[in-house]
Amino acid sequence: MMLRLEHFYYVVGAILAIVAWMSLTDRSNPRRYTTALFWGLYAAVYLLGDAMPAALAGAIVVAMALLAGCGGVRSGTPDVLPDDARRASAHRLGHKLFLPALAIPLVTVVASTLLKDVKVGELFLIDPAQATLVGLGCASIIAAALACRLTHSTPLRAMREHRRLVDALGWAFFLPHLLAILGLLFTQVGVGKAVAYVATSYIPMDSRLVAVTVYCVGMALFTIVMGNGFAAFPVMTGGVGIPVLVGVFHANPAVMAAIGMFSAYCGTLMTPMAANFNIVPAALLELPDKHAVIKAQVPTALPLLGVNILLLYFLMNR
Amino acid sequence: MQSAVNLWPLLGVAVIVAGFLLRLHPVLVVLAACLATGVAVWMPPLDLLAALGSAFVKTRNLPLILLLPLAAIGLLERFGLREHAQAAIGRVRSATAGRLLIVYLAIREGAAAVGLTSIGGHPTMVRPLMAPMAEGAAERQAAAQGATLSDAARQRVRAMTAATDNVGLFFGEDIFVAFGAIVLMQTILRGEGIEVDPLHMALWGIPTAISAFVIHAWRLRRLDIYLTREARR
Repeated sequence: MMLRLEHFYYVVGAILAIVAWMSLTDRSNPRRYTTALFWGLYAAVYLLGDAMPAALAGAIVVAMALLAGCGGVRSGTPDVLPDDARRASAHRLGHKLFLPALAIPLVTVVASTLLKDVKVGELFLIDPAQATLVGLGCASIIAAALACRLTHSTPLRAMREHRRLVDALGWAFFLPHLLAILGLLFTQVGVGKAVAYVATSYIPMDSRLVAVTVYCVGMALFTIVMGNGFAAFPVMTGGVGIPVLVGVFHANPAVMAAIGMFSAYCGTLMTPMAANFNIVPAALLELPDKHAVIKAQVPTALPLLGVNILLLYFLMNR
Repeated sequence: MQSAVNLWPLLGVAVIVAGFLLRLHPVLVVLAACLATGVAVWMPPLDLLAALGSAFVKTRNLPLILLLPLAAIGLLERFGLREHAQAAIGRVRSATAGRLLIVYLAIREGAAAVGLTSIGGHPTMVRPLMAPMAEGAAERQAAAQGATLSDAARQRVRAMTAATDNVGLFFGEDIFVAFGAIVLMQTILRGEGIEVDPLHMALWGIPTAISAFVIHAWRLRRLDIYLTREARR
């Protein structure tokens, strides 16, 4: 039997269904019915997503966005141990507490590098195309089991803690997914072509420095809009990189591609659209300012973008 | 060819920009952008719903990386993982928040550069381990000045921890040959009739990767200076 990503969709679906149930029965949550509906709909998409008609899934997206956007997704009062009990337990368990936490990256790395090529009979043990995510899934389950053993807790307790963190994230948990949907929609209707047109048709690019700057800054700006460097790269490379930098100024395509992609990553550091990297951590770290991580990154991203422009200018004819 | 480009799809981008500038609820902004984009290209409502739905189902892998580790992390937190991480770093005399994060930046970028991108991450490393450790170090720095860590400083340390994870990951992973971005670049250039050796693209990424490390490490040193100044106030 081969472990595939789909198996973990069912795991996630089950977890979200449990989160929905726990929300429904949590009287400390002022919006428990809408909160439970939100997580229940999310669970349905994981459990039945392949079977349901696309338009129904679309209606679920809209319903979830409205529930979240109108304040229907709240958290209950988290049930945590008192400070002194937690400190005593930290003292008692000591460094052992690190073991399950560190098991997650370690098992993921082992699974995605070593186990990737292991075959049982005819089949691979884990789907080689999705080795990292499947590895992370296995690692998470192993780590949860280790943590239960170490703390003498039941799987139910683990689920309660899981729900506490999901609850704390709330709608921020859904935002990256929603933005990915918008990104695909943008690609489908040709936002990329329109942006490349605007970027190239109003700026005279007869000087090498201007052309390099338009390419790098355009890459970053486009990534800020789309939230994803992978969407920006083909557009800017097709629109400016190949016709102007390679065609007119004879740039080395390898240099252009490498520095172009890194310019896009400078944009990723500066945009709420890259929610997984910039908005979710702010929620995970309980920062009151949702844009605190972006603000911490802009002073790294802007000088680095300048460095990229200079590097491309001086290295492109190598 | 350029005269035929349809500029109406940019309406969705405008909605996003306006929404974020007006600080409206992000989820509603993105939903409005989806609807505006559909209207801008005259997509029938049912087609728009179907487009949203199939994209929703297709991108189900995204929340996995965030959701799956939470059970183990939550349980360990209940039993004092963060408190222990803070206490453990508090015993290391030479540890400052900036130095600790520079070491983490080096490990994260180095690991990503050899393909080990899953060493790190916000739910698995930043929240349970690195942020509490950086906070623990910052608390010690403040205590050394006879002060306590202010809320603003604490939030700044947390945000810089998350930023350090991102910078290390982004600018490390592109110098590993097998990483998706290199494959994507090669595919796209090939589509345009240009053949490039992936190894060359990986090598030409190294100057930027080094610059990213230098710039961000310098900013982490500034973080220590900021923490000392905050504590003296």
